[in-house]
Amino acid sequence: MSTTNDAMPVPRSSMKRLPMMDLWWLPRALVLGLLAFVIFGPLTNLVLWTVAERWYFPNALPMSYGFSFWARVFSPRGNAMEALGNSVLVAMLTVILALALAIPAGFALARLKLPFRGLILLAFLLPQAFPNLPVYVNIARVFYQLGLNGTILGVVLVHMTHGLVFSVWIATAAFSAVDIELEQAARSVGASAIRTFRDITLPLAMPGLMASAIFVFLESLDEFTGSYFVGAPDINMLPLLLYTASGGGNYQIASITALVLLVPSIGFMLVVERFLKSDVLSKVGH
Amino acid sequence: MPEKFLQIDNISVSYGANRILDGIDLHIAEGEFIALLGSSGCGKTTLLRTIAGFAQPAAGAIRVGSRDVTTLPPDRRGMALVFQSYALWPHMTVAQNIGYGLKLRRRSAADIAGTVAEMERLLGLTGLSARKPAELSGGQRQRVALGRALAINPEILLLDEPMSNLDARIRLQVRHEIRALQQKLGITTVHVTHDREEAMVMADRIVILNAGRIAQEGRPEAVYNRPQTAFVAAFMGAENKLILPGGIDGDIIAIAAGASNAACRVPRGGRMLSTGHLEARFRAEAATLEERSLAGVPNGEGLVLAGDIVDVSYPGGLWRHTVRVGSEMIQVDAPRACAPGTAVHVTIAPDNLFLFDAPAGTIPAALPHPATVLNEARVLEASPN
Repeated sequence: MSTTNDAMPVPRSSMKRLPMMDLWWLPRALVLGLLAFVIFGPLTNLVLWTVAERWYFPNALPMSYGFSFWARVFSPRGNAMEALGNSVLVAMLTVILALALAIPAGFALARLKLPFRGLILLAFLLPQAFPNLPVYVNIARVFYQLGLNGTILGVVLVHMTHGLVFSVWIATAAFSAVDIELEQAARSVGASAIRTFRDITLPLAMPGLMASAIFVFLESLDEFTGSYFVGAPDINMLPLLLYTASGGGNYQIASITALVLLVPSIGFMLVVERFLKSDVLSKVGH
Repeated sequence: MPEKFLQIDNISVSYGANRILDGIDLHIAEGEFIALLGSSGCGKTTLLRTIAGFAQPAAGAIRVGSRDVTTLPPDRRGMALVFQSYALWPHMTVAQNIGYGLKLRRRSAADIAGTVAEMERLLGLTGLSARKPAELSGGQRQRVALGRALAINPEILLLDEPMSNLDARIRLQVRHEIRALQQKLGITTVHVTHDREEAMVMADRIVILNAGRIAQEGRPEAVYNRPQTAFVAAFMGAENKLILPGGIDGDIIAIAAGASNAACRVPRGGRMLSTGHLEARFRAEAATLEERSLAGVPNGEGLVLAGDIVDVSYPGGLWRHTVRVGSEMIQVDAPRACAPGTAVHVTIAPDNLFLFDAPAGTIPAALPHPATVLNEARVLEASPN
């Protein structure tokens, strides 16, 4: 008896619900489509521009395709190769210097009972707290007096003000995530403090440190304002090239430069996503 | 001097204002297995970590043989600590974990491989060399931790509750394995545990810690049968507690008769008692139970209590009875079950009855002085525990 009573309303209600269900895909599809357009629209435009030979208003699509601009960008006479070389060199130097500071600093902040620990961590955020422009203009002024303007070292130092935030904060979290008993276990079987750090702490913190290195690398690769004030015009970098190209209305060269900048970003993001585990992330800023 | 291989002299440790250890003196002979026993927070792990060198004493000295190691770093003390968490290195394989200490000692690769294989064979880890700790069971991890400590052939092995993360059944087996291994290698061992049975089964000597001090030390049977304080008696399983009037009468301890107990006299056995009230402690299995109507007053030696069965359960082996004696509840084991409501006599033989001075705070005002005790007086205190 109860089964028939229970069974009856079910088809009725589902019949009522069916047309509703049919219409539900519409708003969903609209929202998803809009989202996809917002994200991929500009990217598609960018990719189209890199292979457009001629593209004038009012055409919706390029009138002819080709790679001649690629050849121009990467020709020995073009300055893109030099800019790419400079950008990668500066990014790598920034990573090395930032890690050289962040590894001891992060270990100390994670392991030692430092006074004002929170304040020290906050201090690395300070350069980001102020508007970029006045900070970099003043740095450029100081660097000019020191003779650092227009040198690779000058640009690297400017990039480090950004990079140290990521590297110190993530390194601190990475070292905090290493269980102190793992270090004590090494001491207990006869490892010195330095040996313990080399064999146990550093390898276990390495994924976090790699992630911070990648962040610093990408941040340096994309950095514009500091590079502009301290480096230009002596040190040519990819973002500066992008700026002059798009400012001069040369969308092809600007797009190709942008694409070159985009590739490492996307590639490294995928790597970072694998490196940064939740146990490290949960300790960022603690 | 084999008698005093590991010497702990007057060690005190403080964390901030908290004094964790207060003047610990302990001398351990070479090859001896010592169990540090105590409830959590008693300082037993702190003592072990101080011996290992991970905590610095505020006062006192630690010596190994003739060497003063008090200020040496952990890696130069010739000791190996097995952690409660095992602390295996997740980025190394089983073989690398076990062989790490040997690698530090610059032993040749062949030598290391040989010792690691020997350890794996000894600990039943053969075939697991290439696994990472994450791929091992709890018991296997525990063995790797033990193997890592034993591989460096330390003078002293320190075990920090190494079995508390194991299943009960595996734990019973591992107890005997560790003890057998320790005997075979003849290695001086300090084992921290809160498990009384584990300490009894494994150790040559038990050291019971309470609130940062040594409450009692001795062979397992000595600590079990002759507890020197009420705390030790309770910790060694004498959970039943009654406050009785009584005192010393020459070589005899005389317990005065009360509402629920007959007067009795037990040999003093060198015990020092002072106040007029005694704290009597005994184990559930150390008392015998008789129905009151059948036997009259038992005429055997020892303390006889009159009570009523409140509850009965079967934990296995013997029936466990909850008996109301005056206003107190006690646990008594018996081979046969007595129904709740039965009036019974509980007899505790003199050897099984532990008597101590009653702590001042536990004597209720209603309890009269033994000199004025009458048969109808209430003699059983109503303690909160």
